[in-house]
Amino acid sequence: MTTPVLDAPEQAPPLLEARGLTKHFAVRGAAAAGGRRLRRRAAGPRPVVHAVDDVSLRLTPARVTAVVGESGSGKSTLARLLAGLVTPTAGELLLGGRPVRAGQRRRIGYAKTVQMVLQDPFASLNPVHDVHYHLSRPFRVHGLARAGADLDDKIAAVLERVALTPADAFWRKYPHELSGGQRQRVAIARALAVQPRVLLADEPVSMLDVSIRLGVLNLLGDLRDRERLAILYITHDIASARYLADTIVVMYAGQVVESGAAVQVTDSPAHPYTQLLLSAAPDPERTTPVTLRGRDAPPSAVAPPSGCRFRTRCPHAMAICAERVPPAFPAGAGHVSSCWLLGAGHEPPAAPGLKRAWPAVDGDRPDPPDLGEENR
Amino acid sequence: MSGAGHGAPLLEIRGLCVDYGQGAAAVHAVTDADLVLHRGEVLGLAGESGSGKSTLAMAATRLLRPPGVITDGGVRLYPEDGTVVDLLEAGYPALRVLRWSEVSLVLQSAMNALNPVLTVRAQLTDALAAHLPHMSRRQRNARAVELLEMVGINGDRLTSHPHELSGGMRQRVMIAMALALQPQVVIMDEPTTALDVVTQREILEELKDLRDRLGFSILFITHDLSLLIEIADSIAVMYAGRLVERAPATALFRAPRHPYSLGLLSSFPPLHGPRAPMTGIPGSPPDLRALPSGCVFHPRCRFAVGRCAADAPPLEAAGGGRLAACWRLHGDGPVPPELAAPEPDLTSRPPASRSTP
Repeated sequence: MTTPVLDAPEQAPPLLEARGLTKHFAVRGAAAAGGRRLRRRAAGPRPVVHAVDDVSLRLTPARVTAVVGESGSGKSTLARLLAGLVTPTAGELLLGGRPVRAGQRRRIGYAKTVQMVLQDPFASLNPVHDVHYHLSRPFRVHGLARAGADLDDKIAAVLERVALTPADAFWRKYPHELSGGQRQRVAIARALAVQPRVLLADEPVSMLDVSIRLGVLNLLGDLRDRERLAILYITHDIASARYLADTIVVMYAGQVVESGAAVQVTDSPAHPYTQLLLSAAPDPERTTPVTLRGRDAPPSAVAPPSGCRFRTRCPHAMAICAERVPPAFPAGAGHVSSCWLLGAGHEPPAAPGLKRAWPAVDGDRPDPPDLGEENR
Repeated sequence: MSGAGHGAPLLEIRGLCVDYGQGAAAVHAVTDADLVLHRGEVLGLAGESGSGKSTLAMAATRLLRPPGVITDGGVRLYPEDGTVVDLLEAGYPALRVLRWSEVSLVLQSAMNALNPVLTVRAQLTDALAAHLPHMSRRQRNARAVELLEMVGINGDRLTSHPHELSGGMRQRVMIAMALALQPQVVIMDEPTTALDVVTQREILEELKDLRDRLGFSILFITHDLSLLIEIADSIAVMYAGRLVERAPATALFRAPRHPYSLGLLSSFPPLHGPRAPMTGIPGSPPDLRALPSGCVFHPRCRFAVGRCAADAPPLEAAGGGRLAACWRLHGDGPVPPELAAPEPDLTSRPPASRSTP
């Protein structure tokens, strides 16, 4: 189920690429029984949570790609898939063009290139260890420095990269002695220690105080520009994505519904879900009353709707939306949206896998097997 | 959203000081806070975590738990019947009557605020039974259904337990509970912070409708200043336990007077217009156990002058119906141009450049 993904002209080859990445989690225990406890187990396929379904994404050097979506849209699972922390149900991960395979030794090698920063720096740092210890671990684990002056120099250098200077004022401090912003900088420094080329940041500022969020976002921007890092920025805050990111990818119910240049996606959103998100976002400049087009909650991840998953809320839903999964239609230069509204004049493909009438673009993807139907 | 023309004061807080702990180890969580909530008004209280905004609301309603201590000040409630109630002097029997029927509360985490082992019905009818003992069970049930439907939840959800509801529905149940006895003052402490933006917006819209219909006043506490500007009539900004500015919402957005308000506003990237680098505020919020001298904001303030480190500025009138506490506004020298943006015309908000989706 691989489709050729054409290069957008201005982009460098991707460092990390996801092709049709899918993750289904088995539902166990009482939730799986779901009131049907008396029914025999063999009655149907085991229910699964469609956390991420057929997501294609590419991270290129010196670019920030933001993944925007509500809670439960699968954005954190996507980050964990890209970090190699969970094994995909289907799909491929390519690092520098080569498929990533499982295995402990490969895992360490992969971690040298792809590092992750988590949401909560209060939880991701160990309260009984000081900054020096936290930052010495990546050097030791990856055999990059021995204890002593060499290690200290390297720790000082990495603290400098996240603007925690003078380094020796910080490295004997414990997490509780640091502010939230400083803690998140230590977490970023820890990720930078192994000189990764890809940084996956999962909601890196949402736990921080408002006045210091921009400082951390600007740091990520600097790392992109100075060190040419490929950065994935996961957030629920579309305004911050617009500020920091080069590309915005919008996820809904485990799928990518729209992607494109950050300003273009936020200024002329093509997918009804992106339009809904933008109309709901806080906006002091708003002069007209809010009209939310698409109330209601996201669908069940266990039995998602057939066709387009947004159709149950979509104000424009048509017959075809229930029948076929919308492919990514072009909505502008490097801007695609998986919505049949843009497919006017395009005949839907006769069968999955056949050549399409429209150009394949970044983020394009084949029709997935009808996993939603199976579980009805 | 009318900037002016609000009714008489409803809840008046004067010189309120709150400490956590006592003696030399006391942490001054709120210092000398003056705040007035008018009838029919949505008053926003903005600030970062630790700025004292929740403490202020809890103390004003006498819900503060030890080791919190109110050390000074006064809080007055003006119920509709023309009486004046001194909330800090009121005894517990009097408070029991006032709570819920005059002042109610909506908290952030609806999962923690609702009892997980009781049904929605039990929790909704509890306050009715306590305050209106003459109501029959049937009447209470009918009122509970009415309340649920008022916040957009089907009445058959009465038999649900909190875990069977989505986050947005739980928060709606909290709002229904808060409105059960038609209070005059509803205090909302980060009521939508844990929710997704679409759900947040739905609830805020409903809240606006309910307010128009029922006529209560809201003290809306949040760290999200960009949201507050949209929904509040006026906004008070807190920093390290002190109120630093109070202004009509549009005036605060278009022409902030306090450097902290300015910094906070430039911490929210805009949804429109060209992208420009923004700086936020350098440094981090102070430790309340070791507050800076003088103006508590001066170590992070780019406009600070010598006097700022020495004396604390008073909260004084700064034009346009607002108050601000900054020496650069009522000192001797010229006001920095960044803090002297022209007063916006509050009657007509200029149309913002905005592409419609």
